[in-house]
Amino acid sequence: MRATREGYVEGLLDAGEKDERVVVVDGDVSRSTGTTAFKKRFPDRFFNLGIAEQNMAEYSAGLALAGFMPFYSTYAVFAAGRAWDQIRTSICNMNLDVRIGGAHGGTSAGPDGATHQALEDIAITRVIPNMTVLVPADANQTRQAVLSSLDIDGPVYIRYGRNPVAELYDRDETVVPGRGRLLREGRHASIIAVGAMVAISIEAAKMLSRKGIEVSVADMVSIKPLDVKLINYLSDITELVVTAEDHQIAGGLFGAVSEYMSENCPRKIIPVGVNNRFGCSGSPEEVMAHCGLTAAIIAGKVEKTLKNR
Amino acid sequence: MISSRVIREDILRMIHSAGSGHPGGSLSLVEILLHLYWKEMRIDPERPQWEDRDRLVLSKGHGAPALYSILSRRGYFPIEKLDTLRKFGSGLEGHPHMQSLPGLDCSTGSLGQGLGIAAGLALGLSIRKSSARVFCILGDGELQEGSIWESAMSIPALKQMNITVIVDRNHVQLDDAVDKVIPIEPLTYKWRAFGWAVAICNGHDSDDIEKAFSTKSDKPLVIIAETVKGKGVSFMENQALWHGKAPDEDQLQKALEELE
Repeated sequence: MRATREGYVEGLLDAGEKDERVVVVDGDVSRSTGTTAFKKRFPDRFFNLGIAEQNMAEYSAGLALAGFMPFYSTYAVFAAGRAWDQIRTSICNMNLDVRIGGAHGGTSAGPDGATHQALEDIAITRVIPNMTVLVPADANQTRQAVLSSLDIDGPVYIRYGRNPVAELYDRDETVVPGRGRLLREGRHASIIAVGAMVAISIEAAKMLSRKGIEVSVADMVSIKPLDVKLINYLSDITELVVTAEDHQIAGGLFGAVSEYMSENCPRKIIPVGVNNRFGCSGSPEEVMAHCGLTAAIIAGKVEKTLKNR
Repeated sequence: MISSRVIREDILRMIHSAGSGHPGGSLSLVEILLHLYWKEMRIDPERPQWEDRDRLVLSKGHGAPALYSILSRRGYFPIEKLDTLRKFGSGLEGHPHMQSLPGLDCSTGSLGQGLGIAAGLALGLSIRKSSARVFCILGDGELQEGSIWESAMSIPALKQMNITVIVDRNHVQLDDAVDKVIPIEPLTYKWRAFGWAVAICNGHDSDDIEKAFSTKSDKPLVIIAETVKGKGVSFMENQALWHGKAPDEDQLQKALEELE
């Protein structure tokens, strides 16, 4: 088990070595998110702008205008939410090579409570033109998401979490925009998941398998652009699709998958996610259980829907 | 240097032809922009992407007509193009869109963002060891945006000496006089308290502007340019009504006759 934030920092260090354009902008959370490691390695390419997310986004836009590739990071609620107009109007409208690191994504901020749990960041970033949105599922994939962003034109939002999650991928497993990853194949139903919910979905698939129900599990690490080939394939082999995300149901992965499938390959789509509510304090596991983000709930929904057909 | 009358005439004709736009805050900018583009900035209209050029971030993006007139008169694009302001496909977007027109160093339009972008650009240029400078023009009403003060705090903290800020202090915003909406004074004290050197000038007097720009200090410089909103057209001057309204045919003729 490793936290995806560790992978983000590893990615930054490797990106810094590989590419001189890479600079890091932080908002007084570098000890928490780990970007102090970048500061230590590249002191001249690290800038802590204090608790001022709008300013961070603006500086990053300016650095990109000067030919750099700034990675700015802070807690996702603030990185994406507080600076949203800067992201939209300055970074995305100019299509600048800014990378935004959304730390503590989803319920992973646990005890900090609702204020620090980013449950809307995928929705508000993916809706903006020119933006790429990556939501990796483990530390290695997060490192690769950072590295893959070096070759992406325009802005990229990378969402990662605070707490250890199961390790799913090898260190050199690449991330490609517009490509998800089929981790398990079964013909009764498909689960499309992102972030921390990928490992939980695999757990759900195993629970279902013991009952004779075989489900596919796909990791949609690239929410935007969406892997429509993978979705087409899943909708060809299964009648039922379940989405699983540590995010509001509205506007996130369920939104993205529904938008595509309603037009191109209509199927029943069942969402597992946070349903129009705020989180609360508690351990991440407690908050996830409270919000309905568990393997048992995913398995139960699949089983019930299949039974009622 | 081209005369301010030509620029003001361009502005009025463009906004009239577009049927919408912001005459008040464009007319107040004219002499500041003339100084920047003819005397202050190291630029080459033949090479709008030249890496070591000085940059301008017009944070008050609604002053676009003034900037477009200046850029075309400076040779960045044909003067005839000015007639296409705000028209579909013209490139002369209602608020500046960098990719749509040569000579623009930044897209702007959402108030409060330009200073931070200018600061990031200046930071990038200094990391690259470029001698290029960055100029940023703010509206006075724009100083009500909190993000301006985030940047005003970080620029001196990072000892960024390659950026100069100009406040177009025309005293009027969309709804009313700035003082009547949310007062921003005492402005000099505010900037000084944030770590800036402050110069005040008559923003319509080219000698006075030049003097302000030559202020020497070990702190970043902000120039508070005292201007008149709607400068040069009596019925537009100091009128919030003319913040964002196009003159009709009669008003245009009357305005053109008045220009000096």
